[in-house]
Amino acid sequence: MNFGLSNEQQMIVDTVRGFVEKELYPHEARVEREGEVPRELGEEIARKCRDIGFFAANLPEEVGGGGLGHLDFTLLERELGRASMALSVFFGRPSGILMACAGEQRERYLLPAARGEKYDALAMSEPDAGSDVRGMKCAAKPDGDDWIVNGTKHFISHADIADFVIVFIATGEEETAAGVKKKITCFLVDRGTPGFEIRKGYNSVSHRGYHNCILSFDDCRLPKAQILGEVHRGFELANDWLYGTRLTVAAMSVGRARRAFDYAVNYAAERKQFGQKIGRFQGVSFKLADMVTEIDAADWLTLSAAWRLDQELPANREIASAKLFATEMLARVTDEAIQIHGGMGLMDDLPLERFWRDARVERIWDGTSEIQRHIISRELLRPLGC
Amino acid sequence: MKVLVPIKRVIDANVKVRVKADNTGVETANVKMAMNPFCEIAVEEAVRLKEAGTASEVIVVSAGAAQAQETLRTGLAMGADRGILIQCDSDPEPLAVAKLLKAVVEKEGPELVILGKQAVDNDNNQTGQMLAALLGWPQGTFISKVEKTDGSFAITREVDGGLEKLEIKAPAVVTTDLRLNEPRYASLPNIMKAKKKPIDTMTPADLGVDVSPRLTVVSVTEPPARKAGVKVASVAELVDKLRNEAKVI
Repeated sequence: MNFGLSNEQQMIVDTVRGFVEKELYPHEARVEREGEVPRELGEEIARKCRDIGFFAANLPEEVGGGGLGHLDFTLLERELGRASMALSVFFGRPSGILMACAGEQRERYLLPAARGEKYDALAMSEPDAGSDVRGMKCAAKPDGDDWIVNGTKHFISHADIADFVIVFIATGEEETAAGVKKKITCFLVDRGTPGFEIRKGYNSVSHRGYHNCILSFDDCRLPKAQILGEVHRGFELANDWLYGTRLTVAAMSVGRARRAFDYAVNYAAERKQFGQKIGRFQGVSFKLADMVTEIDAADWLTLSAAWRLDQELPANREIASAKLFATEMLARVTDEAIQIHGGMGLMDDLPLERFWRDARVERIWDGTSEIQRHIISRELLRPLGC
Repeated sequence: MKVLVPIKRVIDANVKVRVKADNTGVETANVKMAMNPFCEIAVEEAVRLKEAGTASEVIVVSAGAAQAQETLRTGLAMGADRGILIQCDSDPEPLAVAKLLKAVVEKEGPELVILGKQAVDNDNNQTGQMLAALLGWPQGTFISKVEKTDGSFAITREVDGGLEKLEIKAPAVVTTDLRLNEPRYASLPNIMKAKKKPIDTMTPADLGVDVSPRLTVVSVTEPPARKAGVKVASVAELVDKLRNEAKVI
């Protein structure tokens, strides 16, 4: 067993950390204040990311990506997680599911996404279908070789900057042991397709400037060439590719927790009350001890899950554990970082109140903590016939 | 033209340095190390010379512990072609480093050696000058610009109150100031390529250099804590204090 980073991994970490500190941190306060990343700034970040060959680092080299393995990419995501998501989204990481593109779809979607010419977004959630993905209502009916789509998607992250959206749509129903479930098909939908609209979403407490959108389909006609993968196989496609997003959430949570922790530990070593540094009070120092222990635990849990993917070992349960623990850890660590700072921690002069707000969504999106616990416990008990 | 870039592994410039409890040095255990920032500027300049077609090969060299190899890899990931590690038991002193570098220069035959003007650990600002003296080469220190002309280098130095422009004959030694350039990020393809680039390892004995220390560190202590300031009520009082208490005017 080797817990050390290779030279290359350390350089990836150092480079991304340097990029984040120099190119993203300076813009955070403004993005937070204005709730928006000016498109020129986003493009500039993307260009700099391309210049250093890190754009689409997650995609294989043969399609123009950086060809990083899961562990290396997770290290990258961890460092990116330190910065505001509104900015880090431009450090391009197209959805891995685009590798399912076939034939001319590769030219139209996969390759431009890897080159940073087109941005993708991913749409699953609906007002009445959150965790219950197969209860979705947005539906497509066949019409000759085409499909006619009606319905609504919401909470669609960064669809406002997307040129196309990877959308999961119900294309039928089937009887299963757990009752009637939707059959799902995955479609690639271009911005500007008649009958398809991307609208501004809700104002979220988390990740200001990183917008969620509402997608509406009104008799939207999609040719069968827009189907990603196979008809009715969208749920399986999602399961094959979307584990990555949970690992991303875990890794980014670890990165942000480290940043919050750095503030806390430095403050404890400097701030004086009752005639001494507050870090000399056990009430504060033991908090720091617990925080770093939890961060390290989440870090190793996340990296080991990524390592399992590289080894082609089963990793579903481990990824769920990492996502569950890292996001809940982030909530505790950002909360305690504020507690150590006292009132100042609540003021927007420091980024701690932002970390604390941003932490809230991590336990919800990409599968709630409850869904992760469901995945973990199911993997434990199913083999035992329970 | 071959360019040799000596680089040093130091405590990361962002780390708050702590003095060891026994006052023999600074704490380096579990402390993040990185390439000396002035050395990064030197590597960047050499790589730019190569990209401009002026340099044919960029060699990075470091004298220090085995871990200096990581710093060499960073130089390779920035675009240097190969590395030389002179493995030493402890960090050699500036004169020893200069002697080691002289031996490397004689072996490799570069036309230009670019060093950082100083390392941020000990701030000696000696190695470049000593190397030039040992080689009998012209030197340009604290440069903010370097251009190859026929058989010489046109350099700009940052000096008190302005810029000094000089022409020095090749081969030469130059040391970089902060404003020479902004070092690049190591690109992902170059990080991956760095692994395959060669690093030769040698020892001071291989180069026939005695690196045994000539200096003795008596004690390393924290700088004195800054004293609290005072508020003055008037300009007259300020002048009085500056003259009679601080004795600076």
